[in-house]
Amino acid sequence: MSEAALRVENLRTHFFTRRGVVKAVEDVSFSVAPGKILGLVGESGSGKSVMGFSIMGLVDPPGRVVGGRILLGGRDLLRLAPEEMRQVRGNRIAMIFQDPMMTLNPVLRIDTQMTEAVRAHADVGRRAALERARDALARVGIASPDERLSAYPHQFSGGMRQRVAIAIALLNQPDLIIADEPTTALDVTVQGQILYEMQKIARESGTALIWISHDLSVIAGLADEICVMYAGRVVEHGSVDQVLDEPLHPYTGGLIASVPSRNRRGEALRQIPGMTPSLLELAPGCAFRERCSRADGACAQDPALSSPAAGRQVRCFHPLTQGATA
Amino acid sequence: MEREPTPLQRLVADFARSRLALAGLALLALILLAAVFAPLIAPQNPYDLAQLDVLDGRLPPGSKSGNGLTFWLGSDDQGRDILSGIFYGLRISLLVGVVSTLCALAIGLAAGLCAAYFGGRTDSVIMRLVDIQLSFPSILIALILLALLGQGVDKTIFALIMVQWAYYARTVRATALIERGKEYIEAAMCLALPPARIVLRHLLPNCLPPLIVVATVQVAAAIALEATLSYLGIGVPITEPSLGLLIKNGFDYMLAGQYWISFYPGVALLLTIVAINLVADRLRDVLNPRLQQ
Amino acid sequence: MAAFVIRRLLQSVLVLWLMSLLVFVGVYAIGNPVDILINPQADQADIARAIAALGLDQPLWQQYLTFLRQALLGDLGKSFAYNIPALQLILERMPATLELALAAAAVAVLLGIPLGLWAGLAPDSWAGKLIMSGSILGFSLPTFWVGLLLIMLFAVELGWLPSGGRGPTSLLLGIPVSFLSWEGIRHLILPATNLALFKLSLIIRLTQAGTREALLQDYVKFARAKGLSNARVVGVHVLKNILIPIVTVIGLEFGSVIAFAIVTESIFGWPGMGKLIIDSINVLDRPVIVAYLLIVVSLFILINLAVDIVYSLLDPRVRLGGATD
Repeated sequence: MSEAALRVENLRTHFFTRRGVVKAVEDVSFSVAPGKILGLVGESGSGKSVMGFSIMGLVDPPGRVVGGRILLGGRDLLRLAPEEMRQVRGNRIAMIFQDPMMTLNPVLRIDTQMTEAVRAHADVGRRAALERARDALARVGIASPDERLSAYPHQFSGGMRQRVAIAIALLNQPDLIIADEPTTALDVTVQGQILYEMQKIARESGTALIWISHDLSVIAGLADEICVMYAGRVVEHGSVDQVLDEPLHPYTGGLIASVPSRNRRGEALRQIPGMTPSLLELAPGCAFRERCSRADGACAQDPALSSPAAGRQVRCFHPLTQGATA
Repeated sequence: MEREPTPLQRLVADFARSRLALAGLALLALILLAAVFAPLIAPQNPYDLAQLDVLDGRLPPGSKSGNGLTFWLGSDDQGRDILSGIFYGLRISLLVGVVSTLCALAIGLAAGLCAAYFGGRTDSVIMRLVDIQLSFPSILIALILLALLGQGVDKTIFALIMVQWAYYARTVRATALIERGKEYIEAAMCLALPPARIVLRHLLPNCLPPLIVVATVQVAAAIALEATLSYLGIGVPITEPSLGLLIKNGFDYMLAGQYWISFYPGVALLLTIVAINLVADRLRDVLNPRLQQ
Repeated sequence: MAAFVIRRLLQSVLVLWLMSLLVFVGVYAIGNPVDILINPQADQADIARAIAALGLDQPLWQQYLTFLRQALLGDLGKSFAYNIPALQLILERMPATLELALAAAAVAVLLGIPLGLWAGLAPDSWAGKLIMSGSILGFSLPTFWVGLLLIMLFAVELGWLPSGGRGPTSLLLGIPVSFLSWEGIRHLILPATNLALFKLSLIIRLTQAGTREALLQDYVKFARAKGLSNARVVGVHVLKNILIPIVTVIGLEFGSVIAFAIVTESIFGWPGMGKLIIDSINVLDRPVIVAYLLIVVSLFILINLAVDIVYSLLDPRVRLGGATD
C-alpha cells in the first residue's frame, strides 16, 4: 500500500450554506495503486462527486475542504500553494466529467482546447503540443485525428466528445484520472467501448483511476476495488469480488439486490425503501438507519469503520455476513 | 380568524418586504401629490406674469424677492421661483409620461393579443412591424415624428405612444402565446366560446403581470425621453414647460456658475425616475412567478 | 456563407426600400410637400418653378419614382440654411459624429468589459455591488442630464476640461479628427464619456450576467481541471463565450449610439450630424431633415448587416448552420 498513487486520509469537505452546514464528505479515507481502478459508488447526493472535486482542489464556494490529507506521491495536495496546485491539475491528476456535451467549450476548436492543456504544464511549442494532441486522439480510437483537431465540439457526437475529453485527460500522462460518471450520458454500446478502452489505458500506462458512478453494474465489470459512499461517508470498502459476492453493509446489499440480473429473471427488482437523507445538519448516528431493516437502538450512535477481514472495511453495527461481526 | 390572504394582499405584503421599494413608493407618492396639488402648494404661480418681477431674476437659493417671498431653490432669469416651476413642471412631465404610456399600453395590448390569438398572417404582419420599429432607437423615431409634426404637448404624447407601443405588443404576444398553448384555452376553443370572450377573460388577465412591470419601467423611460426631447427644443412648447424644458432654460446660466436654474429641476427629474424604477424593480420581483416559490 | 450574406443583403434592400416609402409618405403625403421641400422665404414664382421641378403636379406614384430616382442619384435637395446640397452638408458633418460615436463605443467596451467581469467574478463584494448599482443609474438617468452634471463638475467647477466644442482637428487620410492632438482629446473626453454611459451600463450588465452564467458551466470547470491558469480560464474560456452576445450588442447598438449622439452633440456643441439635425429642425431646414433620416436609416441597415456577418464569424455554430441550410 505504500506505493499508492493517491492516498486520501480522513478527508472532510463541508458546504457552508445559509441554511446550515452540509457535510458532503465526512471522514473519508482510501487509496489507489498505480494501474488500479477504484470504483466510488453511491446515489446522487452521497458526496461522491464532491469527493472528486475535493481531490482536484475545485470545490466551489460555499464549499471548502475542512480537514484531512490528500497525498499524491507523498505530497499533501491540501498544503500546496494555488499555483502549485494548478501545476498538479490536468498534469498529475486529470478529470473527466459526466456530460460530454457540456465539458468542451463550444466556441473553441478542439486543437486549442487540447494544446492549451499541454502548454499549461510543459514549455513546448505549438507544433509539439499538436503532435501530442494527435497521439492522444489516436489512443482513444478517434479516426483521422488531424481533421478532427480543427473541428468544433458541436461537430462531434456525444461519444466522440467524451473520447476527446479522455484524450485531454491523457495528454500529460497523469498519475491519476478521476472519472465522474463519464458514461452515464452515453448510449449503451458507446458506454461499453469507452469502459473497455479506459480499462486498457489504466493497465497499460500504469495510471490509477477513480471511477465515480451510481451504477454498480458498471463498476462491477471495471474496478479492482470498490468504495461505497452513503451520506458523505464510506460505508464499505473492499475488492470487487469481496464486496459484490459478500456485501457487509445493508446498504451495499440493497444496491446489489436492486441491480437487474439474468439469474433472477422474473423476480421483482428489490428497492431500497425511503430516500437519501438530506445532508443538511444530519443527526448523529448511522445515516442509513431510517431505511435499514436491521437498525436498532445502537444505530443512534455513529458506527466506526471496522476491518473484519484483510483489505475490507465496513461502517455498521449489524453487518450482513454472520462471521464478520466486529 | 385565519383567512387565506387574497392574491392582492399577498402581493402588497410581498412588496412591503423591501424597505428600498417602500421608500421609492413613498417618494413617488410625494412627487405625485406635489404635481397634482401644484397650484395649492406652490409659493408662486410661475406663469402668472403679474407675480413675476424681472428684478428678482437669477437669485441664488434662499434669497428673498422684492415682495418678501423666499426663493428656497433660487429663481430663474424671469424672476420665477424654481421650486414653483418644478411643481408645475412635474405636472407636464408626469402627464406626458403617464398618458403616453397608457395609450401605448392599450394599443400594444390590442396588437399583441390579436397577433397571438389569430396567428398566421396577422401575427407576421404585426410582428414584422414591431421588429422593424424596435430596430430603430426610440429617440430617432420620436425625432422623426416631431420633426414632421412640430412642437406641442399633444404631439409629444403622440410621438411617445408611437415609440412605446411596440414594446407592449411584443411582451403581450410572448406571454399570450405561452398562455394560448395551455390546455384550458384549447378547451375553451373547443367549446366554441366567442373569441372576444376567450381573449378578454382568459388571455388578458394572464398577460397583465409582465405588462404592469414593463409599463412601470416605461413610464420612467417616457418621462426621461420627454425631458430629453424638450431639452432639445423639439418637445413641449415654452408655454407649458416640463422639467426638461426648465433644465434647458438654465443651461446657459449654468456655464456662468448659476447652477440652480438647471440643477434643481434636474434633481426633481432624477428623483422621479429613481422612485419609479425602485417601485418597478420590486414589482418585477413580486410579480415574477418563478421567484414566488 | 455567401448564400447567407446574399440573403441578408436582399433583406436589407427590402427594409431600405420600406423606409424610403415611409419617409416619402411622411414628407410628401402627410405634410404639404410645398411647405416641406421649398424654402418658406421663396416667392410665388419660385414656388411654381419648384413645384414643376419637383414634379409635385404629377400623380403620387410618379412622384415617388422621381423621389426614388433622385435619392438614388444622391440628390436630396439643397439646404435652405447653408445653400449647399443637403447630402454634402451631412457628409461633411459625419466624421465628427463617427469619431464621437467610436470614442464612446471604445469607452463603453474598454471600461464595461473589465468592470462587468469584475462584478461577475465577485458578485458579493462591495465593488461588485457598487458596479451593478452604478449601472442601474446609468440605465435610467437621461443622457442629457448626466451630460449637464459632467459639464458642471469638470468644466465649470473644476475647470479641467472644456465645456463644449470640438477643438482643433488634424487630418487623417483627408478626414478631420480630434484624437491626434492632446487639445482635441481634451475636447473629446466629456462628450465621449457622456455618450458612452448608457452602453457602458448595458455592457457591464451583459458581461456580468454572462460571466456568472459561464462560471457555472462544466466547460469552465473542465478548463480549470486541465490546470489552466485563472487568467486563461477567464480571459479565453469565459470571455470568448460571453463575447458573442456582447459583440452583437455593441454592433447593434452602434446605430443607437449615432442616434443618441443627437443629444450629446447638442449639449456639448459638438459639430456633428446630430447637432445639425436639431439645428435644422429648429430652422425648418427640411431637405437636411429628409437627407439625415435616409442616411441614418441606411447606416443602421449597414450596421445590422455587418453585425450579422461578424456574429456568424464568431460563433461556429451559427456559421456552419448557415452553410448547411
